[in-house]
Amino acid sequence: MSKLEDLKTAVINGKRKDVKTIVPELLESGADPVEMLEQALIPAMSVVGERFKKNEIFVPEMLVSARAMKEAMKIIEPILIEAGVKPEFKALIGTVEGDLHDIGKNLVATMWKGAGFDVVDLGVNVSPAAFVQAIEEHSPHLVGLSALLTTTMPAMRDTVEKIRGAGHDKVKVLIGGAPVTLEFAREIGADGYASDAASAVDAAREILAS
Amino acid sequence: MRLPLTPKNEYIMKYADLAISDPSQLVYGVSPRPLKTRYGLNIGGGTIYPELNFTLPNMDIKPATLPEVYRHYRQIAEETLKRAAELEVPGVVLEFETLPPMTEHPEIGLEVVKILLDGIEKANSAYGLKAALRCTPNDNREFIRPPLMRSGRYWEAMLELFEKSAAAGAELLSIESVGGKELHDDALVNGDLRAVLFSLCVMGVRDMRFLWEHIVGIAGRHGVHAAGDTACGFGNTAMVLAERRMIPKVFASVVRAVSAVRSLVAYECGAVGPGKDCGYENPILKAITGFPMSMEGKTSACAHLSPVGNLAAATADLWSNESVQNIKLLGAMAPVCYMEQLAYDCRLMNQAAKDGPEDRARLIKWMVESDAALDPQALILAPENCISLAQAIVSEDSHYAAGISVARKAIGILRESHQQGRLRINEREAGWLDRMEDELDDMPESEDEFIDEMMEEVDLEKFTPQDYDLPVPAGAQVHHSHSEGSAPGCLGCGSH
Repeated sequence: MSKLEDLKTAVINGKRKDVKTIVPELLESGADPVEMLEQALIPAMSVVGERFKKNEIFVPEMLVSARAMKEAMKIIEPILIEAGVKPEFKALIGTVEGDLHDIGKNLVATMWKGAGFDVVDLGVNVSPAAFVQAIEEHSPHLVGLSALLTTTMPAMRDTVEKIRGAGHDKVKVLIGGAPVTLEFAREIGADGYASDAASAVDAAREILAS
Repeated sequence: MRLPLTPKNEYIMKYADLAISDPSQLVYGVSPRPLKTRYGLNIGGGTIYPELNFTLPNMDIKPATLPEVYRHYRQIAEETLKRAAELEVPGVVLEFETLPPMTEHPEIGLEVVKILLDGIEKANSAYGLKAALRCTPNDNREFIRPPLMRSGRYWEAMLELFEKSAAAGAELLSIESVGGKELHDDALVNGDLRAVLFSLCVMGVRDMRFLWEHIVGIAGRHGVHAAGDTACGFGNTAMVLAERRMIPKVFASVVRAVSAVRSLVAYECGAVGPGKDCGYENPILKAITGFPMSMEGKTSACAHLSPVGNLAAATADLWSNESVQNIKLLGAMAPVCYMEQLAYDCRLMNQAAKDGPEDRARLIKWMVESDAALDPQALILAPENCISLAQAIVSEDSHYAAGISVARKAIGILRESHQQGRLRINEREAGWLDRMEDELDDMPESEDEFIDEMMEEVDLEKFTPQDYDLPVPAGAQVHHSHSEGSAPGCLGCGSH
């Protein structure tokens, strides 16, 4: 098995200590950090995401893998930045104004990071103006809006209106949360909808490709 | 009864014995310590009553929409109580669970309280209907990050709403409090039982003690009842995550058992029931305290799904729908439809009880056995298991020890039931029983030692240790800005 395969396996199995050993060894042997990211880390999290989607593992097990990937990123990210390598996509995510629920939002952020996205988490109870301000600051490709309350769904509409009203027509908006539907996404002018955290990466890639 | 030892800030259990120790006595409609209301409900006195909960349809709550907000609540009170009278219910409780702006601006919540009380009074005059209002201000303290649990505008506004609602005549005061939730959501998604114990039995217990001393004081000043709390944001969040296959059901079952230690503190402080509907841990608390409890199950699927649809009714004194939006269904407005469903559920249970203890016992057996074998979360709440769990709690001196003890007992019940073929646990979940047991084996003997260990491990930016009487470790630097918004909410009651 190649070292890259070892790294992939270590992330899949959530072996942080192994990751901390393998990554420096790979760098020492002249491995390309981009290859490590694209051929080991992202594919590893893709396997983990698939297993989660198929109900083969639980969230705690997925998060162990995510932490192992994070361990690797701590080492290679500075090198990637120095080399001017940028993530394929940049995303903002937040729970809309008036809503404090963040378990789902946090899981989506984890899944997106696992897919190699650069994710900025704005937290919960994020006002439409704060979303717009963050878009202007970070220039993301994608914005994720989360809500768990029926009474905060209108805040999603307000946020989408505010984003579009500020002229950010190109940024894609993906919404999710228990009371939200595809129909609602269409109604408020969002670009897409993810029914759960497991499908958030596919849903994001789909709208980013459109 | 034991007394709390406050000098060392040790939290000592008040209850040392069970009010109900025989599973055959843990039955719906009957509590050793029933509660009478102004219009003559005798909750826990032999009859099970509907408890209807409701909320607004999707809409903003702002000054311009307040007339429409109030119209909804007026309509709900008029139409649901009329239907209750038509169905000749022996009595009904309306629960008003506020939405965040209604607690943040107590004058809005108070106006709704007055509208509902007016509806109750009119229904009593017009139909002779016995009804009472439960007022449940939502716990807004988590709107600040890290939450300010004992001061600040959210705390003040919440107390104001409690005080004014009680003064206006809301007879039952409840809350879904959030103390400890700052760390509990992470504990759940990481499957970390040790952190669950810290959140519920250390942080949660301390916040409950502080909060419920205030609520009991308010109830006393106005001659109303401090009813009870719920571990909704803890146990129900776990239940919903388990339903979505995000965490193991056996883990959620153990969290439920441990959550009873936290919810018990309300009664230790002087709450008298009925416990809040979404506290699925309530049968354990009924066994310990003897106070009546509200429960919800199959008729609350409008708000969230659960694996205990029938079983939850077996020990209930009020039977609730959790929450439903005021929207039009084919039959009528949704709250009216749910009033009818609850009324028929209760009518059947009351008829069985009227026909005699054997018939009631048979109905309970069907309720329990139709659910218990299919899901560990149901099995853990079967009456005989609730008694065992309650016993495990009261056998310990401290909430910390009680948490470990009840977790161990829950794991034992699940393991034994699985081995004996009385419960189906899939292979993927079965390994979690060992994992959780290992975690319990590693827990320190004393609570002080546990606190010292955890305070070195936890993220001190997420909560305010002083608000939990917890020591900040030497050398730790905590820079709290208490910014608005960024704390967890409750998955268990997402429809509110």
